[in-house]
Amino acid sequence: MDINTILITAGAIGGVGLVCGTALALAAKFLAVKEDPRVEAMEEILPGANCGGCGFAGCADYAKAIINDGAAINLCAPGGAEVLDAIAKAMGIEASVEEKKVAVVMCAGDSDKAPRKHLYNGVADCTAAAAVAGGDKVCRYGCLGYGSCANVCPVGAIEIKKGVAIVHPELCISCGACVSACPRNLIKMVPISRTIHVLCSSKDKGPVVKKACQVGCIGCRMCVKLAGDAFEMDGFLARRNYDIPVENEGIVEKCPGKCIIKRGDSEDPAPAKPETAPEQTEGEASETKREG
Amino acid sequence: MITYVLIILGAVLVNNFVLTRFLGICPFLGVSKKLSTALGMCGAVIFVMTAASAVTWGLQRYLLHPDGIFKLDLRYLQTIAFILVIASFVQLVDIVMKKSAPKLHGALGIFLPLITTNCAVMGVAVLNVQLKYSFPKAVVFGLAASLGFALALIIFTGLREKIDRANPPRAFQGVAIALVTAGLLSLAFMGFATLVK
Repeated sequence: MDINTILITAGAIGGVGLVCGTALALAAKFLAVKEDPRVEAMEEILPGANCGGCGFAGCADYAKAIINDGAAINLCAPGGAEVLDAIAKAMGIEASVEEKKVAVVMCAGDSDKAPRKHLYNGVADCTAAAAVAGGDKVCRYGCLGYGSCANVCPVGAIEIKKGVAIVHPELCISCGACVSACPRNLIKMVPISRTIHVLCSSKDKGPVVKKACQVGCIGCRMCVKLAGDAFEMDGFLARRNYDIPVENEGIVEKCPGKCIIKRGDSEDPAPAKPETAPEQTEGEASETKREG
Repeated sequence: MITYVLIILGAVLVNNFVLTRFLGICPFLGVSKKLSTALGMCGAVIFVMTAASAVTWGLQRYLLHPDGIFKLDLRYLQTIAFILVIASFVQLVDIVMKKSAPKLHGALGIFLPLITTNCAVMGVAVLNVQLKYSFPKAVVFGLAASLGFALALIIFTGLREKIDRANPPRAFQGVAIALVTAGLLSLAFMGFATLVK
């Protein structure tokens, strides 16, 4: 090969490269847009996975939102506690660790306990089932069990057991997708440390509930009397006030409707302050499980 | 005039860059999940491909071709020179756009670096040379090719959004059903094969 060929090639490509490089360098110098150095620093802190889990279009956008619009700093799920601390330090704000919330299906009327009134033979989808004659369960409020929530769950944390959806709290990543998928609005996000629930959403009066389900809330107010502020009445339906722990766990056995149900370990009777988060260990345990 | 119409029809429908020539499959599969992002990608591709056709045409004619400024036959440097120039050009556009049109940069910004060395962009530049197009024809061809890409991407994104809602069997979810869909779409575009003779 002629040495000239090599020189010409090198010269041509080098020349083109030089022209392009110079143009870029000049452009970068004269057309530079001043970016907030804090935004850049924030981008460094964020994991850069661009997962969009925070609700912004990628990490850069979230970094901008934190700096410019004062967006909440605890939205980065993949970053976890480390990133949260780093952001908090960079912003000079106290990191408020919010307790992990998990979804709970507020219905326990499975196929043994809550009868069906007709045979639904259509698409296996709760919204479709609910649209046909008000759903195939006698109870107008109960879980239909066709798994619309389980279908939208990105991690497969929802199981349909005997015609009722059950969320496995250790798998739940608290994305809230199931909450909006349920046509009967049965799914609520609940702090993971709270294990005693009123698993009924029927607002009907006692006798009506009795006919529709063996484990329905009949509105007897027993729980409000025995466990105080941890429960509150919403018409004929008792609801759990998750801000206050249940101290008298006897209520689980005493509930005449058998709709107060305990899942998992005891609730920590310590006064529940979200900041202290006594259930941190539990939360972290499930966190690692999820990553693994 | 009729040649331009034929070039456009040919590049958009008959020899669609994605579905017939199989160029630019990466963004075709990558950013076809949401219509809003797909539209951003389409905008960026239309811009880059049209401009790249013009820039590479000039490069080929005045630098690489034996009739160019240096009277040297440098055509064997085509690929590397094109990549170099297209990449720098896109970077330059990125910087200029950030300064002068921040809104547009916000919409297209993330996609511009992604398509610098996209094979569809490279393909249109090389095809311009192979087909010996004049400058206006090259630019029209670049524009038409990118419009064809945009057409394919938008149709495909629409299909994928619908398919995702239709809840395909677990084994087919995601890329599997997307590839099947792309194949069927490509078959459909074969129907245009005899449109332009």
